[in-house]
Amino acid sequence: MKSAAEIARDVQSGASSAASELKTALTQIHARNEELNVFLYVDEEGAMRSAAAVDERVGRGEDAGPLAGVPVALKDNLCEVGIPTTCASKILKGWRPPYSATVIDRLLAAGAVPVGKTNLDEFAMGSSTENSAFGPTLNPLDTSRVPGGSSGGSAAAVAADMTPVSLGSDTGGSIRQPAAFCGLVGMKPSYGLVSRYGLIAFASSLDQIGPFAANVMDAALVLEVIAGHDPLDSTSLAEPAPSLASHVNDGVAGKRIGLVRELIDGADEDVVTSVERAAEAMKEAGATIVELSVPEFRLGLSAYYLIAPAEASSNLARFDGVRYGLRVDGDDVTAMMEATRTAGFGDEVKRRIMLGTYALSAGYFDAYYGQALKVRTLTIDAFDRAYQQVDLILGATTPSVAFTFGSKTSDPMAMYLSDVFTIPSNLSGEPAISVPFGTGEGGLPVGVQLLGPGRSEGLLFAGARVLEIADGRP
Amino acid sequence: MTLPRDWEMVVGLEVHTELKTATKMFCGCANSFGSEPNTNVCPICLGLPGSLPVLNARAVELAMAIGTALHSTISPSTFHRKNYFYPDMPKDFQISQYDLPINVGGYLDLPDGSRVSIERAHLEEDTGKSTHLGGSGRIHGADRSLVDYNRSGVPLVEIVSGPDIRSSAQARDYAGELRGILIATGASDGRMEEGSMRIDANVSVRKAGESFGTRCEIKNLNSLRSLQRAIDYEALRQIELLEEGGRVRQETRHWDENLGTTSTMRVKEEADDYRYFREPDLVDLIPDQAWQDRVRRALPPMPAERRSVLSARLREPSESLLDAVSVVVDLGLDPYVQGALDAGVAAELALPRAANELAAGIDGLGNLSFDAFNETLAMEQAGELSATQAKTVLAELLAHGGEPRAIAASKGFEQLESGALTALVAQLIDENPDEWSRYRDGDEKLAQFFIGQVMKLTKGQANGKEVIAELQAKR
Repeated sequence: MKSAAEIARDVQSGASSAASELKTALTQIHARNEELNVFLYVDEEGAMRSAAAVDERVGRGEDAGPLAGVPVALKDNLCEVGIPTTCASKILKGWRPPYSATVIDRLLAAGAVPVGKTNLDEFAMGSSTENSAFGPTLNPLDTSRVPGGSSGGSAAAVAADMTPVSLGSDTGGSIRQPAAFCGLVGMKPSYGLVSRYGLIAFASSLDQIGPFAANVMDAALVLEVIAGHDPLDSTSLAEPAPSLASHVNDGVAGKRIGLVRELIDGADEDVVTSVERAAEAMKEAGATIVELSVPEFRLGLSAYYLIAPAEASSNLARFDGVRYGLRVDGDDVTAMMEATRTAGFGDEVKRRIMLGTYALSAGYFDAYYGQALKVRTLTIDAFDRAYQQVDLILGATTPSVAFTFGSKTSDPMAMYLSDVFTIPSNLSGEPAISVPFGTGEGGLPVGVQLLGPGRSEGLLFAGARVLEIADGRP
Repeated sequence: MTLPRDWEMVVGLEVHTELKTATKMFCGCANSFGSEPNTNVCPICLGLPGSLPVLNARAVELAMAIGTALHSTISPSTFHRKNYFYPDMPKDFQISQYDLPINVGGYLDLPDGSRVSIERAHLEEDTGKSTHLGGSGRIHGADRSLVDYNRSGVPLVEIVSGPDIRSSAQARDYAGELRGILIATGASDGRMEEGSMRIDANVSVRKAGESFGTRCEIKNLNSLRSLQRAIDYEALRQIELLEEGGRVRQETRHWDENLGTTSTMRVKEEADDYRYFREPDLVDLIPDQAWQDRVRRALPPMPAERRSVLSARLREPSESLLDAVSVVVDLGLDPYVQGALDAGVAAELALPRAANELAAGIDGLGNLSFDAFNETLAMEQAGELSATQAKTVLAELLAHGGEPRAIAASKGFEQLESGALTALVAQLIDENPDEWSRYRDGDEKLAQFFIGQVMKLTKGQANGKEVIAELQAKR
């Protein structure tokens, strides 16, 4: 399949058109969506209009943008005006947002063509897409396995060659883990680099939107388009989008890269082997490898599973049947809200709302939520100390390759553990990228993770590119 | 009202005031009262999924102005979420300041010389407004409920006093003085009847020298009169209960204006659990010194200062004139009085006209220029208009604007020749010999009879004082 960069180049030059690139994407979607359950909604009409607008711009001799004619899939927790937006939940039944997320406006301005909304774990809570109210998405590389989650649909769209790039959101690993399971590049940017306006919140202090792509350059191109200050998001960094694509080929010569024990320990043998080989590749590219231990990372998971549900319990309160979405009648307003929420939310969402409500309750706040915030501060401090010694950190993205359906659904803790390596970056608000490197069990891809200090996206793409080349994808 | 011997009430007030910003606290929707329901709304103030709040800098400025006027310390502050389910709250949480409010501490000096401490004055957003149809008119048992989200996200400042107030009159003075400050700072229009200033009163009683008793909170008092009546009722209720050997239960109570009683709204068996936590969608609010200084410099004189400036211009500061000074300052009408005094109008005329006629037509103040006010009063002072006529001209100016002389002419308010008045009074004396002789014998009340007759015959064009002068000349 053509890369996003190639499509944009061909569309701009007239060698191809946005309409024909869209047709290629829609053909593939029609061929495989029924089997894989990737898209919850395909907006053919809207996509055709967007593609036509791009072709007109090109026809007038204008610059149609860095993503001219590039079909993009969007995780269905991103609001798009007039398009059903469900968060893969029954509770948003029938709701069509009257506005679009900032990232979608920016994609359109850059010439991209949004084609539809992809499946996810309900409200982005999960690691396998098995928590979707509309059925799981299958991993295109092995349909007996999960694509990862929560952005499983967006990962599968790229892995199944439906679109060259897509957007997901990452609260505890929800971009990087499915990228690893589907053999893709996936990045969670620095907190505040990408506007969250229009992203239906799971845990506001952890959520970030980021790209999936089949290669490092495409991921950098997309992030460059969606990043930059947005006056509609108070937590958005007060600076314009950084130049990223220009740094992809910077290399890592002279950089110090920390191999962190806590980001490998407990991983399967095939995963550990890939990470060790990745370290070798970095060394060959001129970097110095420093072995590090950051014990605070071990505390991340438990802190995360208090902070994220606490914020979620508040963020999801608005789904009460009063204004939009599902309403199940009751004798009075309280009964109506209860009935609506009981029928509308799935088990995992209810579990986290209860967990979070408990963690914030008077008498428990200090012991749970308050304690978790302290661990978060410890994690941030630990990262700061590590980055005094090294420029980047290397580790595994996930403990294993893509697992099979049902293997973790009966044990929430086992499912939560699949996020153990990705969570620290969400707690610190710093960027991290997963890049495929080698294969493991069943010939499935393994993802290795590079982590960096705040706003080090350029360096992370450069590091990922080194591994991409070493893994035989020039 | 005096409490039974040995008893003392302890009152603290929580005053919520809507800020007079052009737009809401976290979005660009108009902050205006009285629009069609659900017309001033957007994804943000409707709390639609994915929307995010962005703080309105003007709301912060007005909050700082209030704090500065109340001698508070402007402090680095944060926002929290107060979580509870209610249909008129679109996110099912309210964004409010919690443990780190923008204004910490302070005090308010009352006209009687007493000082009430201020604990805090913090920013928060207002909720929408529910209307319950059928049943009791309250949410439970209603057939249907309608919600208007125009008010949702309107910026509020909540000003919390210390438990320093010891009488309902003092509570009333505090609220009145605070209202004057809110109007003076430009933070609020202080209109209690429109809900732009709402008061909750915490009331407890104790025997002198004892520690604080259990308090009850009376919600949503929307006039100074209700505030005073509700506090008196509640203090007496608690004293009666305690003297009968009962106990006061900590609860929230509702004031019924018609019955003149408070009743239980909700019992606080344990403290409400709002699961407060830091609002992750907003950043810390840390106003820098330069911003604080700008707010301080822009602060106009406060009511206490304006009262003393105006009072100092009175040659004979009678109690009724001083009361009028308070009223005009509270309502922000003192610039009119100051202007009239500068133009040579007597304080005895300017103050009552402002405190009564301007106060009554305050909504139309935009129609009334200082010059028009001065000219109307100058005409009255010169005897060109009677008091009744001057009031009519002012009412017309407030209602529709215009020019005082033109209005007087169009209403046929012509000056009564002094010779005509003399003749008219002589005629009335002839026609009413009994009344005249009683008046001559010293029954001053009869002066009103003659004034009334003159007014009737001149259609209000005569000046009452001149009539008395004529009568006395003939006595």
